[in-house]
Parts: sequence; structure tokens; C-alpha cells
Amino acid sequence: MSFVVQPQAMHFDGPLALRSGASISGYTLAYETYGALNAARSNAVLVCHALNASHHVAGVYEGQPGSEGWWDNMVGPGKPLDTDRFFVIGINNLGSCFGSTGPADIDPATGRSRGADFPVVTVEDWVEAQALLLDRLGITRLAAVMGGSLGGMQALSWPIQYPDRVAHAVVIASAPNLNAENIAFNEVARRAIVTDPDFHGGHFYEHGTVPKRGLRIARMIGHITYLSDDVMNTRFGRELRDAVAYKYTTQDVEFQIESYLRYQGDKFSEYFDANTYLLITRALDYFDPAAAYGGRLADALAGCQTRFLLASFTTDWRFAPARSREIVRALLDNRLDVSYAEIDAPHGHDAFLLDDPRYLNLVRAYFGRVAAEVGAA
Amino acid sequence: MSDISTYRLLSQMIPRGARVLDLGCGDGTMLDLLARERGCTGYGIEIDDANVLACARRGVNVIQRNLEDGLDLFDDRAFDVVLQLDTLQHLRNAETMLRETARVGRIGIVAFPNFAHWPNRMAILRGRMPVTRRLPYQWYDTPNIRVGTFKDFDALARRNQLRILDAFGLQDGREVRWLPNARAGTAVFRFEAMPG
Repeated sequence: MSFVVQPQAMHFDGPLALRSGASISGYTLAYETYGALNAARSNAVLVCHALNASHHVAGVYEGQPGSEGWWDNMVGPGKPLDTDRFFVIGINNLGSCFGSTGPADIDPATGRSRGADFPVVTVEDWVEAQALLLDRLGITRLAAVMGGSLGGMQALSWPIQYPDRVAHAVVIASAPNLNAENIAFNEVARRAIVTDPDFHGGHFYEHGTVPKRGLRIARMIGHITYLSDDVMNTRFGRELRDAVAYKYTTQDVEFQIESYLRYQGDKFSEYFDANTYLLITRALDYFDPAAAYGGRLADALAGCQTRFLLASFTTDWRFAPARSREIVRALLDNRLDVSYAEIDAPHGHDAFLLDDPRYLNLVRAYFGRVAAEVGAA
Repeated sequence: MSDISTYRLLSQMIPRGARVLDLGCGDGTMLDLLARERGCTGYGIEIDDANVLACARRGVNVIQRNLEDGLDLFDDRAFDVVLQLDTLQHLRNAETMLRETARVGRIGIVAFPNFAHWPNRMAILRGRMPVTRRLPYQWYDTPNIRVGTFKDFDALARRNQLRILDAFGLQDGREVRWLPNARAGTAVFRFEAMPG
């Protein structure tokens, strides 16, 4: 049984200076909190979200049992990140389509949707915005920051940007930057969206259209990369949808996997904003803390005082274990406290959202230590 | 060998405040002991999921890694001490790992079951492979893919240009310095890479 939560919103007059040189003012961040902040304000944990998620990390909304948080198996009372001990915060990133100011919102200066004019935001910008929200909540130091995939990049960026504000960073199924193959997948997804005739240069809101075709394809590509070959074969194999013989058509859905991908694509195109997808995939492409240090990640992490837990999954080929080991190596070079688990899970990249007991128990054990340390027992 | 008295005895060999890498650190007992009683810091390398979890519970830094994949995560001389406690006998690349131990650590400490211990010799004389407290496995079902003796290690160390700083046996939680090859179930070596 899940617990009931309520989304909140915090408005900032700004301006927030972005890495691109642009700035944004008069923006809102959607967020949720779970559990209670202790008297010492020492038990706050920020959970950063990945590509298509939001501030709704855990729990359900009143009267909507289907509105379960995206990390409900991880976060909640008695869960690995235990909200009976920790004050957990989920913040929707700037540029999103789930409550924080994003491209679909009206720009008060022009009275029209920002669309493609919404400034490009980076992982570092998101961290800055999250820090401002934490300031308002009176949280100067996090017991931990945690995230998987793109959320893991934020969790890695936090100790670089705010070394004295984070005691622990939990970075799961992530990478210190995207490799060319990953950027290539993102580019194909973006091209699918921007070449959709309904995209209208990003100002499709005014045309009363949505580039659904592009979004569908973008999601299909993404989805393929989140799963492992084994999982796909186990779940779908070469099974046909409704016939034992081929129909000899290239237009119809014949294989189960086609049906599944189309379903996922359709669902996604119903709720996700095309401009947000473009922005978020670009933020993924740009993330590279080592870039400012001649590609030396160890140098980028030199000022960190945070202790780290990293986990990767053996079948994750999009954010492969080798990428996590690069981070581990850079932390070791700095003699920082780090633990690293390479979970032998079959699910591919998606494993970070699933119920693998080795993985969940590890996070539980780690947060058990953090709880003892911050007096959140 | 995993009894706490043995760990305590071995911990006396490790300088206070040393940076330690524990290869095959198990549940993290040794690193935990070294942190609490000797003010040491460092990391364990471990492959087993349950042990990695146990380390996390103890708050010991652990890197999940197959030692057969090498120690390329670590620079030369990154550690004051590298431990291989009951690890060597499980490794396919035992000789490479020994050289790696001497590369990443200023000193290495290796402990492994001494096959030349007299009860083992007796078993062999009776014509059977030994099954003892220290080597509790049947010959056909043992994780110990390397069995060696005190003298064997000595020869291996020399072959790999390691300078042996100390060598002794352990038996019943005590040091054995007289005839350790016959009188001790565990062989312990402290060594460093020869300069040059």
C-alpha cells in the first residue's frame, strides 16, 4: 500500500544564470517531499530524476491509485531509502513538462508559449536550481543526493558544484559523459521530432498540433536502448501478434515487439512534451564535468569531499559498467571514499528502476549507515 | 583463518594510518578492524554480492570487481599496504596478481593455507588428499585452485623479484617462526618489490 502525497510548487523571481549565458526569471519548480526534516536538518536526501520522470518520486496522489511514484520501490516508509528516517525531496527539473517551468508555458514577456525559444538547460543548471529550492527549504547540507541515469549525472555534479553541501552521493547506472553512440541515439530521436511536420519549429502549441509521430519514434528508439537483448528476447522473442503465418506486409504490426514499441511510443506521445525531450537529451549530450579539465575526470572531482556509492548493471549497454568504473577510478585517484557494486542483472539500463534484491539491499545497507551518521535512526 | 584473533595479529603488521587495499576483502572485517584500531583507510575488492553487501553494512569502502580482471583501477604505489588474505589460492592469475600487489602497494602481505603443514603431509602419506579445518574441502570440490607451501611461495616471490621482509607461520592464532613449513597451517609473507 502506497502513501498519499501532494505536489508542491515554488516560485522564483530569478534571474537564474544558465551555463549557456542565457538566464531565466520568473520560473516555478514543482517538487514533493516525503518524511520529516529532523531538528538538526541533517536528514535531507535529494532524489534527482532521469529523462522522462519528475518530482513524483514516491507515493500516490489522492484518489489516483495509478499515480505511483517512479521510484516507489526505492523510496518510502521502510523502503531502501526510508522516509521514516529521511526527509526525501524530489524536484522537477527546469524545462520539464511536469509542473516546473518549461517550453509549453507562456512567456510573460511575450504572452506566447516559449516553445523552441526556451533556453537550453544543462545538468549543472538543474543542480543550481535545486540548490536554490533547498535554500528556501532551509537545507544547507544534504545527507545524500541520489539518482540513476541522467539523475546519476546530477548526483555526480552536486559534489563538484557544492562540495560542502553533500555528505553522500549515490550514483546509479550513470556515466561521466555520453559516448558517441549515446549521442547518436539522442540525435536520431531529436531528428524524428524536429522533422515531424507537426513540429512547426517548436511552436506547435500555437498551431494546435503535437509532433506525435516524432515523439513516438524517439521513444521507440530510447526504449530499445533501455532494455537488454536477453530481456527483449525473453519477453517478445519472434512471437507474432495474432497469426502463426506472416502476412507479407511491411505496414502492419506483426511481431509482438513491434506492437510493444508502438504501444510505448503512443503512450509517451500522449503525455510528453516534444521540446522538453529535445532539451533533456541535449542536457545529456552536454554533460561532461571533465571537459573543463582537459578531459581529466579526476581533476574535476579533486575538490570533492563527498562519499560515494556507485552501482551499475552488467547488461546495461547504454550506461555500461565500464562508464561507472571511469567514475570510480577518478574517485580513487582522489582518495575519496567510494563503494562500487556491479550488479549482475539481466534487465539492461532499466534495471535501476526495477526490483533486484541485490541492488535494493545494497542501497538499503548504504542508507542504513548514512542514517546512523546523521542521527536519523 | 577468518577468526578475529588472526586478523588482530596480522593487523599489528600494518602501520598506523596506512592506506590499505584488501584484495578479496570478504565481509570487510579486516578493513573495519584496521579503520577502528589502527586508523587506516582504504578499499576492499570483492566479487561476491553477499560480501559486498556486508561491507556496505559495515561502512567499509568496497569495489565489486573480479580480481582476475586485474588492478588497472589503481596507480603504482597507490597504497601503503596491499593485503591478500586467503585470496591467492583462489586466483587463476595468482602470479600476475602477486606482481600487481607489489606494483600498487609499497608492501604486500599475503596469507594462504600452507599445504606442507604436517597434518596435510600425514594425509598424503596415507594416500589421501587432506581435509582439515584449514582446508575443509574435498579435492574434487574446492575453491582453492592453487595449493602451495611456505617454501613454494618463497621461490615464487624470488622469481618475481620480490624482497621478503618477513615470513612466518600462523597456527591456532599464534605466530610460528620455527619450522613454519611443517608446523603452521597458514603461511604469511610480508614483501616489497625490489627496487629497479
